[in-house]
Amino acid sequence: MSTQDPVAAFRVEAGELLDQIEHGLLDLGHRLDDRALIDEVFRGLHTLKGSGAMFGFDALAEFTHHCETAFDRVRKGLAPATQELVAVILSARDHMRALLEGDGTGLEATGAAILEQLQAAIDGCAGEASGSSASPVPTSPAGQAARGGWRLFFRLPADAMANGTNPLMLLDELRELGDCRIVARTDTVPPLADLVPTECHIGWDVELRGDISRDDIDDVFIFVMDDMELTIEPLGDAIAQAPPETIEEVPVVEVPATAQDVSVNRVPANAGAKTNATPGESVRVPAERLDELMDRVGELVIVQSRLSQLASGHGSAVGNELALRSISEEIERLAGELRDTMMVLRMVPVASLFSRFRRLVHDLARETGKTIELSTEGETTEVDKTMIERLADPMVHLIRNACDHGLETPEDRLATGKAAAGQVHLSAHQAGGEVLITIRDDGRGIDRARVRAKAESQGLIQPGQQVSDHDLLQMIFHPGFSTAAQVTNLSGRGVGMDVVKRTIESLRGAIDITSVPGEGSTVVLRIPLTLAIIDGLLVRVGEGRYVIPLGAVEECLELSLEEDLRSRGRSFITLRDRLVPFLRLREIFDTGTRPDPHQKIVVIATGSERVGLVVDQIIGSHQTVIKSMSPLHRDVATFAGATILGDGGVALILDVAQLVMLGQNQEERLRAAG
Amino acid sequence: MSDLIPEKTATQWDAAGNLEVLTFNLGEETFALEATLVREILDLLPETRVPGAAPLLGSVVNFRGKIIPIADLRLAFAMPAAEATVDSRIVVIETEAEGETVQIGIRTDKVHEVATLQRAASEEPPAVGMRWRRDFVRELVRRQDGVVVLPDLAAIFHSLVGSADSAAAQPSTLH
Repeated sequence: MSTQDPVAAFRVEAGELLDQIEHGLLDLGHRLDDRALIDEVFRGLHTLKGSGAMFGFDALAEFTHHCETAFDRVRKGLAPATQELVAVILSARDHMRALLEGDGTGLEATGAAILEQLQAAIDGCAGEASGSSASPVPTSPAGQAARGGWRLFFRLPADAMANGTNPLMLLDELRELGDCRIVARTDTVPPLADLVPTECHIGWDVELRGDISRDDIDDVFIFVMDDMELTIEPLGDAIAQAPPETIEEVPVVEVPATAQDVSVNRVPANAGAKTNATPGESVRVPAERLDELMDRVGELVIVQSRLSQLASGHGSAVGNELALRSISEEIERLAGELRDTMMVLRMVPVASLFSRFRRLVHDLARETGKTIELSTEGETTEVDKTMIERLADPMVHLIRNACDHGLETPEDRLATGKAAAGQVHLSAHQAGGEVLITIRDDGRGIDRARVRAKAESQGLIQPGQQVSDHDLLQMIFHPGFSTAAQVTNLSGRGVGMDVVKRTIESLRGAIDITSVPGEGSTVVLRIPLTLAIIDGLLVRVGEGRYVIPLGAVEECLELSLEEDLRSRGRSFITLRDRLVPFLRLREIFDTGTRPDPHQKIVVIATGSERVGLVVDQIIGSHQTVIKSMSPLHRDVATFAGATILGDGGVALILDVAQLVMLGQNQEERLRAAG
Repeated sequence: MSDLIPEKTATQWDAAGNLEVLTFNLGEETFALEATLVREILDLLPETRVPGAAPLLGSVVNFRGKIIPIADLRLAFAMPAAEATVDSRIVVIETEAEGETVQIGIRTDKVHEVATLQRAASEEPPAVGMRWRRDFVRELVRRQDGVVVLPDLAAIFHSLVGSADSAAAQPSTLH
């Protein structure tokens, strides 16, 4: 990690800062006068500006600077925080993200427009308040620029250096502002005998000439301002005054060199930023988990040295065999523990997923004119990190649906006796090897009559056909199915639910929907805890070995020879009064081998759809570590990945959703044919 | 992304017009790949056939815990399949394909050596008279003992992915 590109590290960190700012702003939207939140957002903006400039993101730094300046007025109580302001700064945050991720071109116009809005939002609410008070602290920070310059004196607290403040850096920053004359005030430096070398006793008089705003000076000291001694006054006529006699002039050297270093460094940093536009994924891992991992690795090294000793060893054959067995047991235990520890490392709390939706709901509420309250529960539930990433899109769809179709307008809600604010509730909890994620709204629920009408018009069901409520609700997962009478910007275009279903199934999960008319809908996503290891059923087809995810396996049957012959050409078996289509994997995989005399059917299911897979032999259950297929094999849809078997060979993992689809297609074709 | 046929891959001759390559045999022909691409040369490994994959990349092996495809370039150059011999090796290369870094094992009949090719002796593939698809060959380099073929791996693998895209768009037509 130490060799990580600093610009990439900055992008990751800035991304986190932007998230923090967003959360702060969203909270602020609910509690407009919370000082702590205002400060938090301000600090976020300030840090982003500072580190952005350091890593050569000049456009970002400059834009952020303007936002910070505007927001500073809110912080100083000169302008109230308003919903408009929060909305504008949120859009500014999005722009910062664009600046961070893009190469900074073509975005100037957007930035200028946002700044204009920002100014309007600030001016609109600040009114005449600004400029009226005349305290020592100037009231209009952006505007306050003393023509001639400033005279300032500052002295840091004695323990400043112990806290990580470097006064030289502050001086450097001041020098960057303009022409600068710095004189050290050494009057409080104690005699050598009493001097504690880690303490800072020097004060500085600084004369800063040029057209510099007061705000820029404040910025220099922002992190130390609370404890230090600082006076700032405009130069004006003070230029004429002679410096106090107590001051000993100490010539100040160095500096330009470091300033140059900085500017030289920027160029490659920026160039690197362009080529490396996608920041690498990173996960924060609690240190104790790493320690655990280290312990295991340490043990493994010890066992390994025992093993090599044994391999080169002397000793009797019987003794060796015993020793070997004990080492083998040891390694088995360690491998298991390492696996478990590793699994835990990959787990991240769903809070990181849920928190993304606060902004979404906020924006949706503005777009639809509805009042929406988002509540969450069980954010500490942990899920594999790949899972989190792949769940984001389907959940966006579901939440959009809930807000757009599900929730009524405030008027409609009041008319039906509900609270004006619609509720969207997200919850997560673990149940066995699965995590259940629930998205619940208290809106109007799914209109069965409309689903039915739509399904009939699309020919999914016959007019008047008896369909169970559950099956009817499942219709909304059909491709191209949308009941929204009017297509909105948000949803209703009929893509979505089928994509959601497919994504969830590709994660080996399931989706379930319940809905009570007038009371709302609940969507439950059931997803496995991890994508990396599954229980699988190892089967043989021809000469190849394949893994079927055990979670999808319903039962295994024997396909007797006569049934096999009888079923030729129609490929259905009767399973408890239901016809189940089956696929001969031997034919699909084109193995070119003769079928085993005792073929088996493995019945797999996703949701309520079942398909039988004819295999030659069931080898047994297998703890399957999932490896991804090469990008060059991505077009082979029937496999979800591969795994390595005990003998070092490779077995391919069947993609259950794809096979079920294949089976359904076959069923439809056969039905159509006769 | 893959609708356009990519630019012919340029050969990275150095300033002196030399190129370090690993030479190997497929049938009677000698091929060469940039030595910088080569990661490892392995004895044959047990291969697992991937049903439904293009025959040219029809199987995978376990290469140090990673699943990598094995390419049979014979098929790209219209050579008949042949039995493995004691000289058969897998050359593992790392290259860019479809915008990602991928490792591929290339099945060869015999691996010779790392050699230096001269740019002066190289020629564009002739427009006529070749049995092979012209875009699969970057350059032909004359040597004392015959001609060495520099294949265009990017073009070869792209031809696979390109044709596979259309199949993937209609999963219901699989088999």
